[in-house]
Amino acid sequence: MSQKQYWSGEKDLTNINTPGEVMENEFKEELPLDLSEGLFSATTPRRDFLKFMGFSTLAATLVASCEMPVRKAIPYAIKPEDITPGVPNYYASTFNDGGDYCAIVIKTRDGRPIKVEGNELSSITKGGSSARVQASVLNLYDKARIRHPYADGKEATFASIDNMIKQNIAAKAGYLVTGTIISPTTKEIITKFLAKYPNIKHVVYDAYSYSGMLLANEACYGKRTLPTYHFDKAQTIVSIGADFLGTWVSPIEFSKAYSKGRKISAKNMNLSKHYHVEAMHTITGGAADLRATAKPSEMGKVVVALYEAVVNGTAPSLPSKNLNTLVTKAAADLKKGNGLVVGSSNDVNIQTVINAINDKIGANGVTVNWATTSNCKQGTDKEIVDMVAAMEAGQVGAVLMHGVNPAYDYYDGKKFTAALAKVAMTVSFADRMDETAQKCKYVIPDHNYLESWGDAEPKPNYFSLQQPGIAPLFKTRAFQDSLLIWAGEAMAYGDYWKNYWMQKLGSQENFDMALQNGVIEPAGDMPNGTAPFAGNVETAKGNIMGKQPHAGVELVVYQKIGIGTGGAWSNNPWLQEMPDPITRATWDNYLCVSPKRAKELDNELTGITEVESKKRVVTIKASNGYTVDLPIVAVPGMHNDVVAVAVGYGRDKMVGRAAASDDTKGGKNAYPFYVFNGLTMEHHSDVTIAKTAKMYDIAITQTHNSYEARPVIHEYTLNEFRHDPNELLKERNAELEHYTVLPWVEKGKEAHGHGEAAEGHGHGGGLMDSTKEEGYRENGTLYPNYPYEGIKWGMSIDLNSCTGCGACVVGCMAENNVSVVGKDHVLKAHEMHWIRIDRYFSGMINDPDTVQTIFQPMLCQHCDNAPCENVCPVSATNHSSEGLNQMAYNRCIGTKYCANNCPYKVRHFNWMDWNGADAFADNLYEDGRRDDLNDDLTRMVLNPDVTVRSRGVMEKCTFCVQRLQDAKLAAKKEGHPLRDGAAKTACQQACPTDAIVFGNVKDTESSIYKIRRKDQQERAYYVLEHIHTLPSINYLARIRNTEEVIGLDENKNEYLKYHI
Amino acid sequence: MSNCASCHNPIKDATGPALKGIRGSLPGGDWIYNWVHNSAALIAAGDPEAVKIFTKYNKTAMTAFPQLSNEEIDAILKYADDYKAPVAAAPAEGGGNTQKTANNGWLYTTITLTLLVLVIVLWRANLGLRRAANDKEGIPNEKEIPLYRSKLVIAVVAIVAFIMAGYWITNGAINEGRQQNYMPLQPLFYSHKVHAGINQINCLYCHAGAEKSRQAMIPSANVCMNCHKQIDSYTGDAEHPLKTAEGKAINGTEQIQLLYKYAGWDPNKKDYKRDANGNILSTPIQWVKIHNMPDHVYFNHSQHVKVGQVQCQKCHGPVQDMDEVYQFSALSMGWCINCHRQTDVQFTSNNYYSVFQKYHDELKSGKREHVTEADMGGTECQKCHY
Repeated sequence: MSQKQYWSGEKDLTNINTPGEVMENEFKEELPLDLSEGLFSATTPRRDFLKFMGFSTLAATLVASCEMPVRKAIPYAIKPEDITPGVPNYYASTFNDGGDYCAIVIKTRDGRPIKVEGNELSSITKGGSSARVQASVLNLYDKARIRHPYADGKEATFASIDNMIKQNIAAKAGYLVTGTIISPTTKEIITKFLAKYPNIKHVVYDAYSYSGMLLANEACYGKRTLPTYHFDKAQTIVSIGADFLGTWVSPIEFSKAYSKGRKISAKNMNLSKHYHVEAMHTITGGAADLRATAKPSEMGKVVVALYEAVVNGTAPSLPSKNLNTLVTKAAADLKKGNGLVVGSSNDVNIQTVINAINDKIGANGVTVNWATTSNCKQGTDKEIVDMVAAMEAGQVGAVLMHGVNPAYDYYDGKKFTAALAKVAMTVSFADRMDETAQKCKYVIPDHNYLESWGDAEPKPNYFSLQQPGIAPLFKTRAFQDSLLIWAGEAMAYGDYWKNYWMQKLGSQENFDMALQNGVIEPAGDMPNGTAPFAGNVETAKGNIMGKQPHAGVELVVYQKIGIGTGGAWSNNPWLQEMPDPITRATWDNYLCVSPKRAKELDNELTGITEVESKKRVVTIKASNGYTVDLPIVAVPGMHNDVVAVAVGYGRDKMVGRAAASDDTKGGKNAYPFYVFNGLTMEHHSDVTIAKTAKMYDIAITQTHNSYEARPVIHEYTLNEFRHDPNELLKERNAELEHYTVLPWVEKGKEAHGHGEAAEGHGHGGGLMDSTKEEGYRENGTLYPNYPYEGIKWGMSIDLNSCTGCGACVVGCMAENNVSVVGKDHVLKAHEMHWIRIDRYFSGMINDPDTVQTIFQPMLCQHCDNAPCENVCPVSATNHSSEGLNQMAYNRCIGTKYCANNCPYKVRHFNWMDWNGADAFADNLYEDGRRDDLNDDLTRMVLNPDVTVRSRGVMEKCTFCVQRLQDAKLAAKKEGHPLRDGAAKTACQQACPTDAIVFGNVKDTESSIYKIRRKDQQERAYYVLEHIHTLPSINYLARIRNTEEVIGLDENKNEYLKYHI
Repeated sequence: MSNCASCHNPIKDATGPALKGIRGSLPGGDWIYNWVHNSAALIAAGDPEAVKIFTKYNKTAMTAFPQLSNEEIDAILKYADDYKAPVAAAPAEGGGNTQKTANNGWLYTTITLTLLVLVIVLWRANLGLRRAANDKEGIPNEKEIPLYRSKLVIAVVAIVAFIMAGYWITNGAINEGRQQNYMPLQPLFYSHKVHAGINQINCLYCHAGAEKSRQAMIPSANVCMNCHKQIDSYTGDAEHPLKTAEGKAINGTEQIQLLYKYAGWDPNKKDYKRDANGNILSTPIQWVKIHNMPDHVYFNHSQHVKVGQVQCQKCHGPVQDMDEVYQFSALSMGWCINCHRQTDVQFTSNNYYSVFQKYHDELKSGKREHVTEADMGGTECQKCHY
């Protein structure tokens, strides 16, 4: 085992030998009550206590009143044939967020979508999803959606608007601005529209631009498109700043493929090698084997150095030693074949050099697929810049905007807004009054994607159909319908779409089959092919090396996995509350800085400041003059001269309650930090930072739970694992063996257990095997060992596959009606996520290149010897015969002893009435940002199979017991034993990398059995095993593909006391 | 029967005309045979009589019956001509056997009370006489404590009162939220006795969800219309007059007309009322919910009906005898748990249970006779509370 110590925050570094403040004051001592001043200043404070606590005898009597209300049962008047109340219907559809593609299945109950899952039939996303895909169902019921068309700020009818538009649209030159369109029918309709109005030009605009890649590909390969990247075929992956697991191009597709190369076992020791160079800290950097930091202005030189090293073997001379080591090693590995280099820079020159490297290492046709390209990003920055210039010059008569919000996300939003005012006819198809729609003359809201017909072609010949899960809720109209009407076509989009596909597929049977499956894909493997490289590498290199290096601080503009580029996601409370994987912060954006810089800005990252929520506010001034104040959050692993801000914040209040921002909440807009270099938008800028005297609360969840310095992660280098695969088993043995045999039982007659024993018993040198595990289970406790008949649920989480993307967190919230508590209560550590992803750093905090990150999803472990079950005074939580720890909400009286006892800290208490489920009226908690969740419209997203918990009860992960019961019932109805894979938990189904495996441990055919007993015996371990909680969840140790342990100081005790 | 009766009634017009005496209004000879063999051909050929009938009955096509011979058609029509409407049977001998339940209860009560009074009178008389005798002999008498100050009486009364109050409070608290015997007034008088009892309609015909989902589904109006398109009046007044639990008489035919209002059916035109877009103008019927589980309880009908093969009547009582439905069982948690402890699962016949090796072995070896739902974990908290 590597000697690395893990720290979840700085406090652990300084307090590693003695429990610190946080642990002692698990539940904060000062009552986090919103006690108004009134109570303490009242003349009879004790008597008035109950009054102030919101209690009243009237309320009590009401609750105790004996009359039963009259309830109605109202069936349909005419029941639709395919709806059976209580039985869900599933419809295959497509999720498309400006080119971000995922094939999905919509689960509907009683005619309304309540959950979105990945569609396993898609060969691109293969059933995976992301946090945004999971949260998208909530956007359907967003209260901020506009409910009818607007003209000049007032409600209008479609007919009147259509007339005005048809009359005036041909007057002058105009523009149709859309996001990336991957729908073939929509493309056809746009072509028809443009044919009818030749004065209109179509501009594709991506808020986060990939124009650099597109233009470089056009110059090098003649195709202005992106190739398909096959991360699963890559043995060596070098990423220069590309967060391909989180936000770059097509993260679900890449996560799925990447994880295939990381599934290592003792029988199959193949592990890909991932080199990563980045300026800030992303989850892809966390997944990397070898990582180094570089400033954005240095990325070009890194790429050139890599090129030279690959082609000429030149030794690199980059600003840091770590970079040099990384480039040398990466080049050596790339030359072995099956390599892949990707980069996120939007500089055409850098992308040209990257293309050249890929060409030289033979990646084209293997890991870089030019036969099947990717349509998912098509925007060219120059076009919109030219458009804005034309608008400014008064040459534009009409601008139609769909899926874009330039007033907010254009690099010079003010300029755009001013220019827009000069346009006579401005039309927005936005679903809410976002920053651009507010300035538009006509707003014709488009349907939500869950209400729409449509299609997608993410790659040529790979199609995916879109069908609605619900009829449109409001008076909205499909964007395609608007275009068709204005183009003078008589057909509605629904019919147009149907005709298109009927023609293409041939028959009604084919069409029905395609719609049912959701995807139409060619049989066989994806065609792979290369393309001749014709790029001008020397010019590109010259441009890069010719740039002046920048000495000061550089700011990187990045996308959060949850919020993305903004849009509707900013107003999604689930995504706002989803903790950022690296900083673990929720609600509001901030400036990520390195710990060294935090110290300079008088907010040093210490054990104390990490726990305090108040962060120093600094003023950031960009070279283009944009000035903004933001609080800082120290992020280990960032380059010392780099700071970073996320986009998607600083929204207008009309975007929605959760998104609304001002000086006290909601963060700031980071888009104006973009720099246009004449050709493309650069996502970084030169800035100066100045500290202010102000402080601002940031709600960070990382410090809310503590393991008190006990080891919860096991990580090995590939070398260690290859050398001795049984090292983990030996470690576990050393820890537990003492308890596996009762002292008075003769040797040779130890506790029986079935399973293959790896080696003999006896002390020292033995291995933990299934027999010993049984022995430990029986003998490590006074309690009797309960035999589980029939079904025993178990879960395995692979730390090698988990990238920290958070899809499981949001999927669980959607499935189980988990409450959003709002920023104030996250500050008080009251967040309710049933599964959380703990993030652990290792390495030396002041050397960002040594900082490595591990993500560990933590959820209720369903301990067979649970510490929480014994201490409940009312027996509200006990153990089921299938291994689940059961929580009976109606029995719970809110003692919280169980949460106190839980060593994993996975129990969550409902401190307030988050959902209005309380018996007391007027007790609903409202904070002004998350309240839309309790609107009647938004409550339609609740899962009717799961209780909505009220104030005062404890809740926690149930292994999605409603799904387990459903699967068992289906098996009973069909008369066969429960099959593996029939019962899937929400987290397992959401995960794009198959990190979570769940099933019946007693079924020898199940995946979970094979993992624990056959394939991954050498990597499986249980968290905090030595306290004999007997968790039902095992984790698979992390194996990093490095030769030596990173971040290990020669004097290993010294680094623990490192101060910055 | 299934060929003709689905559209024709002997004496009433339904989807097609009443058949009694229909020969009289139709062209003679082979016309009727041609019509029955293939009415559509006749209409297409333009036969005036055929077109007239077709138009009169909402242009509903009559199925062709080429397989019926002329003799068979004659026989059918003769049957219709001879058909006599069933005469309402004379009401059954009123109260034939008024059960002389030899009700001796009153007699015993009267005798007991009389004896009790006698005992008290005699005891008091004895006491009085003894006192008088004591007075005569000069023995001082005990001070007579009035009843309400006697320690013994007070103690007994207090204990009894405590027990009774305790019982009353506990019982009241336990039964809080329970609605056994709840029989609310429904917006439409729908008698299960008529439909499920007398006409023997299967429960699952209307409550189709009971086999498929957690809710048994109260049927929507279109299910009622399956039959009530034809059945527009209640003919059972003699056999089974409808009246509410309070004794108020109900007119069955009026209730059917009320159903038509909800379903949007025009009984005169024999067609649905539609709006401009062709949608039927129906309103859902707002039934009062009788069997209700609290929000924290999950109950799945299909689990019990399909898998557990529990009869509807076990929990809902003799619904087929109820004119107005009432809640038969307490539907309390204890009642559910009790049944779970006693009922066997389909252990040997359902292959799902084949993985429970230990129970199979115990059954074989004779150590165990039953596998109840409780053995399967059916009494665990999270089987019903999630």
